[in-house]
Amino acid sequence: MSSARSAHILHLGVLGLLFAAFFLLPAYHQGNLARILVLAVYAMGYNLLFGYTGLLSLGHAVFFAAGMYGLGLAMHLGGATPAPAFLAGMIAALLVAGVIGSLALRTVGVAFMIVTLMFAQAGYLTILYFGTYTRGDEGFVIPQTARALWGFDLTDPTNRYFAALILFAVVLLFIGWLVNTSFGRSLIAIRENEERARMLGYDVQRAKWIAVTLSGLLSGMSGAAYALLFGYAGATFASVQYSILPLLWVLLGGAGTTIGPLVGTIFMFYLIDFASEVTSAYMLVAGVAFVLLTLFAPTGIAGELRRRALPWLP
Amino acid sequence: MDLGPYLLLASLEGAITASILALTAVGLSLVFGVMRVVNVAHGEFFMLGAVASWFVATYLGTHPAIGFIAALLIAPLLVGALAATADWLVLRRINYDPERTIVATIGLLYILQQGTLMTFGPDARPVEPPFNQRLAIPWPSFEGGFHLTWPWGLGTTSYKLFIIAAAITILFGLWVLMSRTKIGLIMRATQLDRDMAQAFGIPVERVYALVFGLGAGLAALAAVLIVPVQQAHYLMGGDPLLLSFIVVIIGGLGSLPGTVIAAVLIGLSDGIISVFFSPTLAKILATLLVALVLVFRPQGLLGKRIA
Amino acid sequence: MAAVMLLEAAGLSKSFGGLDAVCAVDFKLPQGQIRALIGPNGAGKSTFVGMLCGRIPASKGEISFEGQRITGWPAHRRIRLGMAYTFQITSVFGALSLFENVALAARRAHGGKAAKVDGITKEVLERVGLADRLQQQARDLSYGHQRLLEIAMGLAQTPRLFILDEPTQGLAENEVESFKTLIRTLGQDTTVLLIEHNMDVVMETADYITVLDQGRTLAEGPPEAIRQNDAVQAAYLGTG
Repeated sequence: MSSARSAHILHLGVLGLLFAAFFLLPAYHQGNLARILVLAVYAMGYNLLFGYTGLLSLGHAVFFAAGMYGLGLAMHLGGATPAPAFLAGMIAALLVAGVIGSLALRTVGVAFMIVTLMFAQAGYLTILYFGTYTRGDEGFVIPQTARALWGFDLTDPTNRYFAALILFAVVLLFIGWLVNTSFGRSLIAIRENEERARMLGYDVQRAKWIAVTLSGLLSGMSGAAYALLFGYAGATFASVQYSILPLLWVLLGGAGTTIGPLVGTIFMFYLIDFASEVTSAYMLVAGVAFVLLTLFAPTGIAGELRRRALPWLP
Repeated sequence: MDLGPYLLLASLEGAITASILALTAVGLSLVFGVMRVVNVAHGEFFMLGAVASWFVATYLGTHPAIGFIAALLIAPLLVGALAATADWLVLRRINYDPERTIVATIGLLYILQQGTLMTFGPDARPVEPPFNQRLAIPWPSFEGGFHLTWPWGLGTTSYKLFIIAAAITILFGLWVLMSRTKIGLIMRATQLDRDMAQAFGIPVERVYALVFGLGAGLAALAAVLIVPVQQAHYLMGGDPLLLSFIVVIIGGLGSLPGTVIAAVLIGLSDGIISVFFSPTLAKILATLLVALVLVFRPQGLLGKRIA
Repeated sequence: MAAVMLLEAAGLSKSFGGLDAVCAVDFKLPQGQIRALIGPNGAGKSTFVGMLCGRIPASKGEISFEGQRITGWPAHRRIRLGMAYTFQITSVFGALSLFENVALAARRAHGGKAAKVDGITKEVLERVGLADRLQQQARDLSYGHQRLLEIAMGLAQTPRLFILDEPTQGLAENEVESFKTLIRTLGQDTTVLLIEHNMDVVMETADYITVLDQGRTLAEGPPEAIRQNDAVQAAYLGTG
């Protein structure tokens, strides 16, 4: 069996499992899993840039927030229905990512991290500055009545779960396909050895820009879906912490693997959920995880699996 | 108050910001310069300095001046030692790989910040200044012949002036340390060429731990100075970190004189800009400016382009 | 007889902080030739070919490829015209398999059709004698095998101009022999520009030799002429 085929079967298996999980899990975990699936889309978007292209951004919250506010403001101020509002969220994320990408990619390494951090910080402050419209840190609620897509009430837990699952499935299969295309392979080549890739004739700058833009778009779709499904948009989602979280999820799950982002998001979500019952200082868990990961498992859970047992893991 | 006295007051506040910023940013710059790593947890060392200062002052419980002097000595040493330990246990073991170091120091950031939340609590706590005389500042007036007026509200305190003087003294001390002592020579040698330094028998790993500790200690020292004006809080590390980043980038990564000049520039303009703009807008412009400096002039506004 | 020029450089110069690494070099490379570029260490050979393929921006001078002016073009565009380049210090994708290393080269040059890429990749790895380790990670190869892999990555692009920067450095004697055979079998479609220290390789493979010294062209000519050139002997071959 070819590795591409194994990967495909794995992805379908994961999706089947997530489908079944809805009927097996109690309501509390259904709700959690819906949230995790949406956030895993964010993680997959982040992983496309960090895991596959090798670019570490510390500012992805600005893309997540662009999608969230693109949809949120279109509904909140423009009175749009969910479908065009979602499109508005995607366009907002695409534009923000395209512009930031073309500027930030003029730098490399540590400077790239700081530049993305700075742009995201400027985005966060901009949301606060226009508090009249965005309601700043407090945020705004998208009313229950408006959150119906093609006749499906997205506030209903069942509809919400499957909406999240559909989005997740589309993005997972897309990523699974993308990393096997010539373009996806060239991203991996850039991650492994940028100069060599350039001297094989690959347009490295262009490929990186496409990666940033695509990654930002996926992150924005996650943000838009989050606002739509959970009915809230707030500036917290644009803060540094939301740039750090996808890095954590991807590192934990396994950078440069298709299922790593999901694994990492589930793991960290429950770890933080558990910790926040014990202490208000629950982000301590994130801190410890970061340090332990860099020290002992820089390739994450799926990365370790690939190294030890399943070399075909995509 | 007229604009003139108002601007003077803003410049004075700006000078205090600049002093604290210079100390903090020089710490960050030193670490970047010698070790070529970005310490994202730098703001938390600042915060720890303030918190340690509160603990020392509270548990000594004597005259504020004694508590302050004790804090001035103990807090930076404690924080520096903690940082050096973190360097030894974590950064050294990942071989100072730039990306992994950033991830690890993000982890350190959360550990320190949340650890403080668990022990120190979520409240902001004041520390009493050792001395605090109010000083009114005269303003020249030419209406009806030259004379000095004393505009209401135009004034400062002896402690605030002390902060500025202390920062200048410490920076001078650091300059002497770096340029006139053997340990400074060793640090500069390590900065220039790590492998060569190693070949000449310099214990590079220990120098790194020392530099990391020194950088954190400087941030802690800055915090001890500012905490009587600002209060200690577990989330107070965010702003100094961001501002230090800005300063270090504008000043040219790793250049100490550039860092000090940029700190004065940013500190003063931060105070003066916020007179005219809302602080949020000022911050947006500042962050964008820094991002664009890094994009288009990565050597910093004051640095020279390396051929 | 006017041979068709594949590559021409005129007045090509590079200075690093006031120091001239390459100084006003004129260079003509006819189609189908195997050209060796020799010279003592620090003569500016690597800088010179770096400017040809776009890794290093030239300070002055013009470059054209098949009559087209390519001065100032980014490296990837030049490679797409049909140049291939192997690094002086081996540069492969360490974490990827041998197959993927070569497939990345083939895919860019010949399009994304899996079957075609597959065929070219296997055929090229066969030619350099690495066909039995398709799935091995490149970083696990010996140094000599990594050099061969890099040559395979160049061949997979079926280049019009193949630039090799000291390809035989670090190769074992039998590997050098097979390298010489490989170069000779490239045929008329591939022009070769070879930086080489091993004089046996140069004398046995090159049609024509350019000698650089201190950033300038010291001599040009067929191997025999170069061997007997006094200036070259003094500057480079020592007492010969």
